[in-house]
Order: sequence, then structure tokens, then C-alpha cells
Amino acid sequence: MEKRVTFKGIWLPLLLVLPQILITAVFFFYPAGQAIWQSLFIPDPFGLSMQWVGLGNFEYLLSDRYYRASFVTTAIFSILVTLVSMGVALYLAVLADRLIKGSGAYRTLLIWPYAVAPAVAGVLWLFMFNTRVGVVSWYLGQLGYDWNHVLNEGEAMGLVVVASAWGRISYNFLFFLAGLQAIPRSVIEAAAIDGARFWTRFRTIVWPLLSPTTFFLLVVNIIYAFFETFGVIHTITSGGPQQATTILVYKVYSDGFVGQDLGSSAAQSVILLVVVSILTIIQFKYIERRVHY
Amino acid sequence: MATLTLENVKKSFGKTDVIHGVSVDVQDGEFIVIVGPSGCGKSTLLRMVAGLEAVSSGDIQIGGRRVNDVEPMDRDIAMVFQNYALYPHMSVFDNMAYGLKIAKVPKPEIEERVRQAAKLLQLEPYLTRKPRELSGGQRQRVAMGRAIVRKPAVFLFDEPLSNLDAKLRVQMRLEIKALQRALGVTALYVTHDQVEAMTMADRMIVMNGGVADQIGAPLDVYANPATEFVAGFIGSPPTNFIDGAAVGQSGGHRVGVRPEHMQLVGAGAGRLDGRAAYCEALGAETLVHVKSATGTQITVRQDAGHPIPEEGSEVGMDWDRENEMPFNAEGKRL
Ligand SMILES: Nc1ncnc2c1ncn2[C@@H]1O[C@H](COP(=O)(O)OP(=O)(O)OP(=O)(O)O)[C@@H](O)[C@H]1O
Ligand SMILES: [Mg+2]
Repeated sequence: MEKRVTFKGIWLPLLLVLPQILITAVFFFYPAGQAIWQSLFIPDPFGLSMQWVGLGNFEYLLSDRYYRASFVTTAIFSILVTLVSMGVALYLAVLADRLIKGSGAYRTLLIWPYAVAPAVAGVLWLFMFNTRVGVVSWYLGQLGYDWNHVLNEGEAMGLVVVASAWGRISYNFLFFLAGLQAIPRSVIEAAAIDGARFWTRFRTIVWPLLSPTTFFLLVVNIIYAFFETFGVIHTITSGGPQQATTILVYKVYSDGFVGQDLGSSAAQSVILLVVVSILTIIQFKYIERRVHY
Repeated sequence: MATLTLENVKKSFGKTDVIHGVSVDVQDGEFIVIVGPSGCGKSTLLRMVAGLEAVSSGDIQIGGRRVNDVEPMDRDIAMVFQNYALYPHMSVFDNMAYGLKIAKVPKPEIEERVRQAAKLLQLEPYLTRKPRELSGGQRQRVAMGRAIVRKPAVFLFDEPLSNLDAKLRVQMRLEIKALQRALGVTALYVTHDQVEAMTMADRMIVMNGGVADQIGAPLDVYANPATEFVAGFIGSPPTNFIDGAAVGQSGGHRVGVRPEHMQLVGAGAGRLDGRAAYCEALGAETLVHVKSATGTQITVRQDAGHPIPEEGSEVGMDWDRENEMPFNAEGKRL
């Protein structure tokens, strides 16, 4: 049973949630409202006047080849980041789960990357892969591979994916490890006695029992890849080469602040708002009924 | 169906020795109960037989084959866990069929064997349910079913009844025993409940701190406990222990006398005097708890017909010499 605290009046609870409401209002509702408002106008180049265009910005966007390309880029980028960060995290979690001693130490070490801000992570990876002074690109050069993510679109994408996924691995790892350890050892042992070897056990027992964790992480990671990777992209590729790594969030920035097309930028923000709302609804709907086996 | 042999089996976790060398020969179809207090190494011993725990030294043989280095799945055993360890995402049918599917048994045969086991265990109405939709007793049966469909050579049970209420426990105890008899499968059964051990075992292994203190048929163990520990552990209420010198036992350091072998007599008329502390009248019998003059707690069990002493009154206790069980200073039976 859920335990509910009940208050007599309305004023005390209101007072208690007021700080949160204020913060949400100032940092979310106000800018979101502004974005929606602005998306309906085109300002003149000096920002002195605005011209009402209704849904014109949206119409223009959806017919814009570059914007649609950015959608595809975002999809590829998000899927790759999610797969890489979750795949590696799951692999590490499975290894750590089999370890009885010292898993605490691994956990502590593996959580560190999570504490690194995306922009800083971006700079770290940029240094390693810098075409002139980077350690990794130098080694790749020794092996006869000419690394240049500044010109090569695939390499640029690869680098931002790895840099973005890297910071997420620890977060995913913790959830996967907790999920794995929540599976009773005796269930695994029973399966072993029933004749299932490691892979069969993983496929038929562990993976299904882990699916709530996996689904939760899937949503969280997609949201991350959509919205929180701005710093990585900004520091490493700035969306280039030729928009190859311009994901939707980055395009909001580059069109709005660099290109000064505020109307279009606002419209893009609104579209992103809708996307994140949908993702969040899915997530909440799901978390409501946690157990699904 | 097979014999099972343990030869000086030892186990240590790092530097801690947990099992100090257990040897036993289990006959084909025998029901062996491993009984002992919490932490004495019962589960560890069972898990070594299952192959879930490596053997530190000694040999384990199943059906004459040394299995120390054989994987659990290749030992031809089935195990029932204390928490049942059912697969929570699978139906009752799939839980029971899991091992057979992995062994690539043809589908019609899987169907047939699962239905048969379900019938035997009265699980037929529940085959499509998930474990969480079952009662504790039903889950227990599913765990049993999962064990029997595979037709193993040896059944292993680790306290399978400890999560059930008292009444169900008595019922399942009989069912498990009957099932084992009917199937004729060798069984190794772990419990800390000495009543379970007494009622189910063909022979029991009484464990004490990683050592098998005594191995024998329940009534033999009861009548002739090999150590002070066994005398105290097997039997309820437990054996009374009296200082040897106090009752004129020449060699015995301590003397054990079972409660049912004692009679209350008038103060000064018996071999030991004391004060009746309190009495438990259970209907058919009465347990009289006496504090002896030397301060030892003693329980006397008498039939309901006998007069019940006043609490606080002086009483004497008497018993036949042949019912005395003398133990030396190390707790070994003399
Ligand atoms: N993996 C392990 N590492 C270290 N010590 C262990 C391990 N497993 C068990 N032990 C120790 O071995 C001893 C015996 O444990 P075991 O589980 O066999 O006891 P038990 O007789 O089954 O007790 P219970 O009736 O409580 O289940 C205990 O002292 C326990 O602390
Ligand atoms: Mg145990």
C-alpha cells in the first residue's frame, strides 16, 4: 500500500512546493512560453520588430532539406550513443556481477566518468583524437590510418558518439549491475542445474528479468542523446563537417545564435519540446507499472 | 537412481574451514537428512554435491562416478531451493519444462512428462499461471515438479519447507517422503528441524560445526547419541545434562538423561533434588521444569495421569541407570 501524507489546509503544501514551482516557472515555463510565442514570428535582422507568420516557421522547417537531414542525423546519433553506452555498460556489469570480491572498487572507478561534464568530456576526447597533436590519432597514423574527423563525416560522427557514450557508461553500468544483482542467485543456480550454460542462462533468464531496467535505460539514454550531448558536439565538431553531426539540439543553437534566425530556432525548440514530452510520457507510463513479467 | 558417496569431503572459504571432512555412503533410493543448527555447514555440503560450490578436498561420487570437476548440469541431480528459485517470468508449465527444453527432449514428451508431474503434484489447474500468482505451498510443488520431470539420479533439498506454515509443513513433509518412495530416487535433504529429520530420514547426518557428529537411523541416533551435542539437539524437549559427580557417575564428566526417562518422586527420595519452577500441561503429557539444587535446568516429561507438582514445591527426580548416557569431558559418549 502507498502511504499518503495528508494536510489539513491548502497553504502549507502550497508553501512547500513553492520553491520548485518558482524554479520551474522561471527556468522552464517562461522560456518555453517565449519559444512558443517567438516561433510564430519572424524578427527583423536588428531585432527591432517582429512579423507575425503563424505556422510559417514550422512549414518552412519541415520542408527544409537540412532540417530533415538533421532529424536523420539525430536518429543515427541517438541510436548509436544508446547502443554503445548500454552495450558496453551491460558487458561490464555482467563481468562485475560475476565478481564476488572487489566489485565495490570497480563500481567506484566506473562511476567517475559520470562526474565529468559533457563539454569537458568533449575536450578530453578531442585532445586524444586531435588531428595534429592527439595521442590516438598519432598511433593510428603509425598504423597507417589517417585519422581526420575534421574532414571525414563518418569519423566525426564516430568520435562524438564515443565521447557522448563514454560519460553514460557508468550511469548505465550502475543500473545494470543493480538489476543483475536483484536477480536471486538461486534462480541462476537452478537454471545451471537445469542444464543451461552461460549464454542460454543469459538469453532465457537474465535478459528477460533485466528487461525493466533495460527499457528504463533505453528511454533515459535516448533523452540524453537528444538533449544533453550539446557540449560534446560543440567542443568536438561544432556540428560539422558539413552538418554531419548537427543534431536537432545543436541546430537550435547554430540557427538561433550563430545564424540569428530566431523564429526558426524557436520553432525547432517547440518541436524538440514535443519530442521530449512524448518520450517522458512513455517513460512515466512505463514506470507506473514497473513489473511487467 | 544411484548411490552417492562422500569421501572425507572438506570445504574452506579462504582461510575459514567450514566442512572438516565428511564421509558417508548413501544407498540407492535412500532418504538421507542432513540436520544441524544454523551455520553448521549443511547447505555448503549440499551445494558441493550439487556442484554449485567447489570441493576443497576429498571426493564426491554419484553412481560410482567421481564428480568433483563435473558441472552441475552434468551430475544428473535436481535441487529444490529454500526460496524455490522459480523462474518468475515463466508459467508453471515452462518452469517445469525448462530443463527438458534445454535437453532437447521432443515436444510431445515434454508435454507428457510435465502433465504427469503436474498430476502427481495436483498442479494441473495452475499450469498457465506465473509463480507470483501461486500460494507458498503451490510454489513449493512447482519446485518439486521441476525436479521430478527431469528424472534425476539424486534429489537435493535445501530446507524446502521452511517458508511454509506449520500445518502445511507437516502435510508437505509426508508428501515429499511419499513421492521419494514412489519414485525410488536417492535423496539428500537439509533441514534444521529435528522433527523433520526424525520423521523423514532413512538415515540422518547430524552436523555440528562442520563435522558429522553422527550418521544413523533416526531411532538409533535418538537412543544412542554419539556426542553430547547430538543428545541435546535430537529430541524435544532436549536431553537433560547433569554433572556426573552430582549423581555418582564414576567415569562420566556429564550425564544425559532424556525427559521421558525421569520420574518425579518425593523430595529426598530420588537421585537428584530440586524445586519445580513451572509446569506445562499439554494434555496428553506434562512437562515439569525443575531447577536442581546445583542450579541446572531439568525437564521431566510425565503422562497426564500423574499428579502435577505445585510450582515452587520441593521435588525429587529419579531414573534408571540404564537410561543414563555418560559423556566425557570432550562431549564423546562413553
Ligand atoms: N560464500 C561463502 N563465503 C564465506 N563463508 C561462507 C560462504 N558460504 C557459507 N559460509 C560460511 O559457512 C558456514 C556454513 O554455512 P552454511 O550456509 O552451509 O550453513 P547452514 O548449515 O546451511 O546454515 P542455515 O541453517 O542457516 O542455512 C557459515 O559459517 C557461513 O558463514
Ligand atoms: Mg542453509
